[in-house]
Parts: sequence; structure tokens; C-alpha cells
Amino acid sequence: MSRRQREEERARGIFTRRALVLGAAQMGLLGVLAHRLHRLQVEEGERYATLAEENRLSARLLAPPRGRVLDREGRIVAANQLNWRALLVAEQTADVGATLETFSRIVPLTEQERARVERDVRRRRRFVPVVVREFLTWEEMARIEMNAPDLPGVSVDVGTTRIYPEAEHLAHVVGYVAPPSERDMDGDPLLELPGIRVGRAGVERHHDRILRGRAGTVQLEVNAVGRVIRELDRREGVQGDDVQISIDTELQKAVRAKIQDGTSVVLMDARNGEVLALGTQPSFDPNIFNSGVSAAQWRQWTANRATPLINKPTNGLYAPGSTFKMVVALAALEARATTFGERVHCPGHMDLGRTRFHCWNRYGHGGMDMRTALKVSCDVYFYEMAKRIGIDRIAAMARRFGLGVPLDIELPGTKAGLMPTREWRLGQGRPWALGDTVVHGIGQGFYQLTPLSLATMTARLATGRAVQPHLTRAIGGRPVRGIRAEDWPSLGIPATHLRMMREAMWAVVNEQGGTARTSRLPSELGVQMAGKTGTTQVRRVSREQRERGFRVDQLPREWRPHALFVGFAPHDDPVFACAVVVEHGTSGSGAAAPLARDVLAEAFKRLRPVPGGLGPRVAEATPR
Amino acid sequence: MIFERRLLLRDRGAGVLEKFWRIPWLFVLLLCGVAAVGYVALYSAGGGAPEPYAQRHAIRFGFGLVVMLSIAMVDIRLIQRFAWLGYVFGVGLLVLVELHGRVGGGAQRWINIGPLQLQPSELMKILLVVALASWFHRASWERMGNPLFLLPPLIAIAIPAALIFKQPNLGNALITVMIGGAVFFAAGVRLWKFALVIAAIGVLAPIAYDHLHDYQKARITTFLDPESDPLGAGYNIIQSKIALGSGGLWGKGFLQGTQGHLNFLPEKQTDFIFTMIAEEFGLVGALSVLGLLAAVIAFGFLVAVVSRHQFGRLLAVGLATNYFLYVFVNVAMVTGTIPVGGVPLPLISHGGSAMLTTMVGFGVLMSAYVHRGADLDAGPGDG
Repeated sequence: MSRRQREEERARGIFTRRALVLGAAQMGLLGVLAHRLHRLQVEEGERYATLAEENRLSARLLAPPRGRVLDREGRIVAANQLNWRALLVAEQTADVGATLETFSRIVPLTEQERARVERDVRRRRRFVPVVVREFLTWEEMARIEMNAPDLPGVSVDVGTTRIYPEAEHLAHVVGYVAPPSERDMDGDPLLELPGIRVGRAGVERHHDRILRGRAGTVQLEVNAVGRVIRELDRREGVQGDDVQISIDTELQKAVRAKIQDGTSVVLMDARNGEVLALGTQPSFDPNIFNSGVSAAQWRQWTANRATPLINKPTNGLYAPGSTFKMVVALAALEARATTFGERVHCPGHMDLGRTRFHCWNRYGHGGMDMRTALKVSCDVYFYEMAKRIGIDRIAAMARRFGLGVPLDIELPGTKAGLMPTREWRLGQGRPWALGDTVVHGIGQGFYQLTPLSLATMTARLATGRAVQPHLTRAIGGRPVRGIRAEDWPSLGIPATHLRMMREAMWAVVNEQGGTARTSRLPSELGVQMAGKTGTTQVRRVSREQRERGFRVDQLPREWRPHALFVGFAPHDDPVFACAVVVEHGTSGSGAAAPLARDVLAEAFKRLRPVPGGLGPRVAEATPR
Repeated sequence: MIFERRLLLRDRGAGVLEKFWRIPWLFVLLLCGVAAVGYVALYSAGGGAPEPYAQRHAIRFGFGLVVMLSIAMVDIRLIQRFAWLGYVFGVGLLVLVELHGRVGGGAQRWINIGPLQLQPSELMKILLVVALASWFHRASWERMGNPLFLLPPLIAIAIPAALIFKQPNLGNALITVMIGGAVFFAAGVRLWKFALVIAAIGVLAPIAYDHLHDYQKARITTFLDPESDPLGAGYNIIQSKIALGSGGLWGKGFLQGTQGHLNFLPEKQTDFIFTMIAEEFGLVGALSVLGLLAAVIAFGFLVAVVSRHQFGRLLAVGLATNYFLYVFVNVAMVTGTIPVGGVPLPLISHGGSAMLTTMVGFGVLMSAYVHRGADLDAGPGDG
């Protein structure tokens, strides 16, 4: 073998060894990769599978349409309207600030709007769209769509907004909606949706859960930039149920047309407590709340001394005056402190120690039995009755009539009012004086009662049943309990006592000498009303004024007494009950009774009472 | 020796047809299999359609096949004779793209040759292997011990590596050095010299790190902790791992890979094609493909062992290592084992340059196999 061949053999030997080492090393490294793949795909596979699912799945909520509010005739009083809006999904843009900057160059945004959007973006999960701007015009929409490439994460979609066709006429009943605040977040994911509204007042608030419905969900497959590839699963939400209320819109409007600022009118179905009209003046347009109330608008409302935002029938507090006298009479009868026929002499005043309590008729009424005392509204008779039975018995009777107790009406914020008792007075650190009892006998004093509670009292007097005032007739087309009179329990007051009250109240309106004699219902209606007037002082009348021949119509308006009237009709088969409070109306017979008469006449004209109710029992759930 | 002589005689006079039959058809079939895997994966990456990737991949492979088989029949002695000319040509191309890139105002790594794009750094690796194999072809054990003898090939590695690094393409530069190292190792360079170089790298690496581009530093830092920047540089690794992991043992099924089809996977048709395969066909599919690729590499070593001349052996080792490094770096990259670097998976990834240069390399490898018995001391054609 030559030297060269030996060399070659040696080189080949070295090479073969090294090539094998190199090849083995490479195969070994590939083996490492195989092991790595095994770890990723099998040992940790489940974890990565979950991550992949999260990657591609994006759950979105579907907002169901909010239920409508219908009046008793099925007229729409709150509905949904299309609303084009620009939305921003934070996770789809690298820089929210920059996107908003670009957006405001296309559709100008105020500083406040930008701050709100940025706050919403922080508060919500990053895939939840946030409303940038609502109520877009066609032109704005076109501009946004055209600049879409420069607006990552921004999309235009159509949502709904609330519309109240009757505007201010039903504002205090139906209420309004507004975007949810932090406090409203009750765990319902629906509230995170852009443009969602929650009920803030009235029926909208009371029935918010029912009207709101339940959110649907849609599982979307999205790609890396969040674009929707396809829908994987859709669970439709439950749309909000329609709520039918007992108000008759036309009647409501007619009532409101008759009243002035500061007047409250409550008209109820005496048999079941349904509120037919709830008139107050002034009012506001609930549609304004939809797009956000401007600071100027808010100032205008709050600065108005006539308080347009306050619903006086449920939140105004008044002393009942003489309209309270039936309660005192019934309490005296129940306590067996008097009889129908007992006569109390009225000399025009009653003396208690050194204090003299005047009757409204300074010359005196003479001998008064219960019926006459109510008819002419003799004060001395009721001073005497109150003195006999004491304030606590009066208060107990008043509560049975719904006075000074919370009522079940669907208007959040409704005041319970105040029915004074000895205990209450002691709570104030003062003993109850006999003089207090006497004054309270004629409905003056510490009472704080709402017109609604006076209407409730009247309905209970008229029917003897503990009807609760309420607004809901049907939910989702299903009638609620309480439409029939039999749904309501009896008050437990002897029928004879009640008959006496109705008889006396009929006399107030229809007999010679009754305080509301001039306010009889027009004879062509063929029905008569029964009622009771009331006048409550807002300032104490001094002896000096009285002796000088004081005349209330000479007082400045805000010092004049409030005028009240409660009544029901027909007197022999009550259907309607109403309460009227005219602030500073001077006299119940002069201002309140004629208004009540007009309201009841209107009610008879518009709602022909039919057996078992008024008008259609439940409005058909009309297709949307 | 008689047998050997006869072989050489036959070889000298071998006709084109005879050479054609000597082509290792099993290996060609193997490559077709790998390309078919690429077609399937690219069909999926194209959203379940031959366009825009799979069809072009097939056409390119067909073209590459012709080039490869042609080179396979080129006499190995011719290749050896022009080895250094090829090397100079490769360096020239690198300089050209460097100048062109400077004029173009950016990192230009491509040269357009008609419809084909050529990445000189890819071609350079093959030309370098050929040149180094030629240099060490007849080196005796004694000469291998002479440091002066090793200096020229070291410079031959350093020049293209530096040019590629300047492009800047850190990954490819390192791969070039490693291929050169593999040829050095196979040629019989003393082991202590390797130890010395590795120690020197250990010392110099931190210094070199300071001179890296920011994006290159970012790749290293995100490699160490990819989750630190999930939407930025680490995004690719995380999404790739999610895709792999969610594939599981059996995969999500052909065209069912969510990560790839929903574009969570970046560059799924090029650097992350393996992820796509692993997502849709699971560990079973991934390992099958890896096995196929290992077989390709193993063939390279087979050629090295059966070759009767040192040039062919070194050539085979260098070219096998070249393909191994593509495979290893790419798969290690998508599995988050080593830092992200734009290394494709040739024959499977979409992209003409890597495929063409790889097939040129395999052509040379096959030529070494076809001419494994050639006597390189005699010139081509003469006795």
C-alpha cells in the first residue's frame, strides 16, 4: 500500500468517525425538538387548547328591545326608536386616545364627551363596545364610514332609544330612562351594553327589570384583529315585556288642560284602585333625559319655583282640612262616642281653657247632627268629636283609609306622608296637648298627606274595600291581580257607617246648604256625585285680622289657603274617586269642587263604565 | 482494486443515460414527499385553496427538480474545479446586494432574476461548502495540524458571514459560520481548536451583544421571556406555541386549524408553516414530517460515508448540515426553543429563494452520490 493510500485510509477513518458524531448529534438535536413538541402538544396541550379557544372566541351581548309602556286603551306611551350611533371597541385599537382624536376631526367631540368615552373604556371590559356618539345624522354616518380605515375599533350601528310620544303629559307617571350609573350596576351584564338605559323614575323605574328583558349572547369567531369571521352560537335574549298602565292618555291630557301650576288631580277607579289620571302642573319632557340633560336645562328645572320635576299628587304634602272629617266621624262612631242622631250645638266657636277655637261660620251653625255637620262642614261638631276620642283613635282610622301610610303605587319616591299621634309628638320632644287634638279634628295641624292618599281614602269610603292605588293593568299581555273589586279585602267598617258618610257627602254636593252645592254634575250625565270640600290655612289668622273683617282674597297668592275636594260618582254605585288639591286656591268649594266636577264629567264622557271595569280589560299585545 | 479501476473507467466514459440511472431516485421521491407536505400545508394556509401559495409552490418545485437533476449529472470534478470561482461569485453577489441595498435605502437581501428572487446569503452557504470541501479535499493529517493552512478557509467563512451579518441577518450569519464549522470538524481539524474557539465566543458574545441592532436584541430578550411583551415581539412565539399546543396528539384536522386560519399565526405560509402542520395534524403529523426531514438529512450523511473521495464526503456533510440547520432552527424557533429569526423550512415553506438554493444544494449532493467513485486527481475527461 502506498503512502498516499495510507494517508487516505487514515483521513477516511477520521472523517467517518467525525461524520458519524456530527450525524448523531444532529439526529439527537432533532430528537430534542421531538421531545419539545411532545411537551407542547401532549403534556401542555390542554392549556394551549384553552388559550386557542379564548383567542378565537369572543362573546358579545345582544340587547333585547325594551318593553313598551301602553295606556289602558293600548296607546303607546313609551316606545323604542332607532338610534344610529358610533361605537368603539377598545381592544381593537392600539391607542384609544389617538382614535378619538381622529374621530373628533371627523365628527367634533366635546371635551366632556371624550372624557366620558375614556372613562367608559376604563370601566368596561375591553371587548365591550363603548358609545362614542349617539343620534348620528346621515352625513356624520357617511363621514365615519368613509374614514373607517383611520378609525380602528370604531363602528356605526343602530341601537334604540326611548321615545315618549305623550311627552310631558305622562312624564311623572311613565318616568324616564337614563344611562346606568355605577350604582345601577346590579350584576346584570346587560347594563354593560353601549347605549343601554335604565328606568330612572315612574313606571320605567318600578318595572325596570320587566321592561329591560334579559340579554342574549352571541359567540363569535374572531380573527387576530378582532374582525368577526362567523357566528358560532347565538342565544337570543328575552325581550322586555310590555307594561300596560291604567292611565287613559286622553283623559290625562284633558285633566292637565284644566289645571294650573300647583294643582294636583288624582282620578281613580274606586272599585279596584286603578289610577286613571294623575294630573300635575308644570311638567317636563322626559325625552330630554334620553340624550342627556344639559346643565342649563337642569338649572331651569330646579330654579323653577313651581317645581316641574316634582310629582305633586304623590309627593306634595298637605293638611287635608275638612276632607278629613269623614275619618273623624267614623272614628267617633266606631268608638261609640256619638250616634248618627246626636246633636252638638255650634255657637260659632268652642272654648278650651283660655283658647277659643273658631268655626268657619263665625255666627254658628246651631244644633248639628252628623249628617248636617258634614254637609255644612261644621268645625265645632268635629272639635267636639276629636276631643271625645283623642288623636290616636283618629290616626288609627286614618291609616285604615290609606292616610299617612306607604301606598303600593308603582311610582318610586311616593311619599307616605305623616299621620300625627301622641307617640310621634313625644318623639319630637313635646307632649300632645288637648288643643292639638281639637285642631286635628278638622284636618288641620301636623298632617302631611298626599293628594294620592286622599283619593285612596275617597275610594275606600266609596267602596268599603282596602283598595290600593296602582298603575299596572297587565304585564306582557297578562292581567295583574287587583283588577276585580273582589281582589280587595273589606275595610271592616260597618256598612251603616259607610252609608251615612256617602249620604252626607251626597248632601254636600246635591242638597241646599251643602258646601259644594254649585258643583253638581251636569244633569245630562244622569249621575250625581258625592264629595267633601276642604280649605287649609297656610298661615295662622290672628284675632286682630279676624276682627278687622279679614278677607282671604286680599292676601298675596302664596298666603292664601289651599283648596281641596274629594269626591266620588255615581253616588249610589261609585265608579270614580277623585281628589283635587289647588294650591292657594282660597276655598275648596270655590276652586277645588268645580274642578273635581269637571274631571268627573270628563271621565264619564270618555270612559263609559262597563260591568267589571272600564274600557278594554287588557290591551292586546300588539305586534311590534 | 480492480473493481475500483473498472468503476473509474466506467465513470470516465459514463454516458448521460447511465448517469441518469445512477441518480438516487429514492431520495428524489423523498424530496417529492417533503414538497407534497408543503403543498398540503400551503393549501391550508391559503384558506383551503391552491391559490395563492400551494400552486406556486408546486410549480417552483417542478422547476427546482429540473435544476436539481441537471446539477446531479454535472461531473463532480467540474464542480471541484470551479469551486473557488463559485465562491467568488457568491461573495460578489453579497457585495452587490449590499451596495444595491444601500442605494435602495434599506436592508436589501434579494436579487431579482426575472420572475425568481434569489437571496445570495442562501446560495452563499452552498458555495461556501463547495469551496471548503475543495480546500480540504487533499489535506493530510499533518497539514490539518498547521494553523496557517487553516487560515485561508477561516477567512473564506468570515467574509460572507460578515457580509450577511451586515445585511443585517444575524441568524443566517450564524448559520453560515456553523456550516463552515461542520466542514472543519469533518475535515479533521483538531478538537482543542474548536474548544478554543467556543471559549473565545463565550468571552466575546457579551461584547458583541452590545453591537447588535435593537431588533436583534429584542429577539434575544423576548426569547428569554416571551410573555413580557405579548402584543409586541413575543406575540409570534406565544401564538405559535398556542397553535402547536392546541393541536394536541392528533391535531384539529386538515383546514381546521383555528390559529392559522384566523390569522393569529403570523407568517403562517413561510416561517411558521410547521406550526400550521402541527396544529392541524397534531404531534403525530409533526413527528412524521420531522422524520421525513431527518431522512433527508440522513441521506446526506449516507452520501458522505459511501463517497470514495474526500471532496464528496465533505461536500455531503456540509450540505446535510445546511439542511439540518434550516430544519432545526425553524422548528426550534416555532416551538419557542431558540430566538425568533426569519429562517424558513425549505421545500415546505412558501418562498422561491430558499427552495431553489436548497435544491441546487441537493443537486450538488446528488452529483457527489452519482460520482462517488470518481477519481478527482485526474481531470474531468482525461485519464
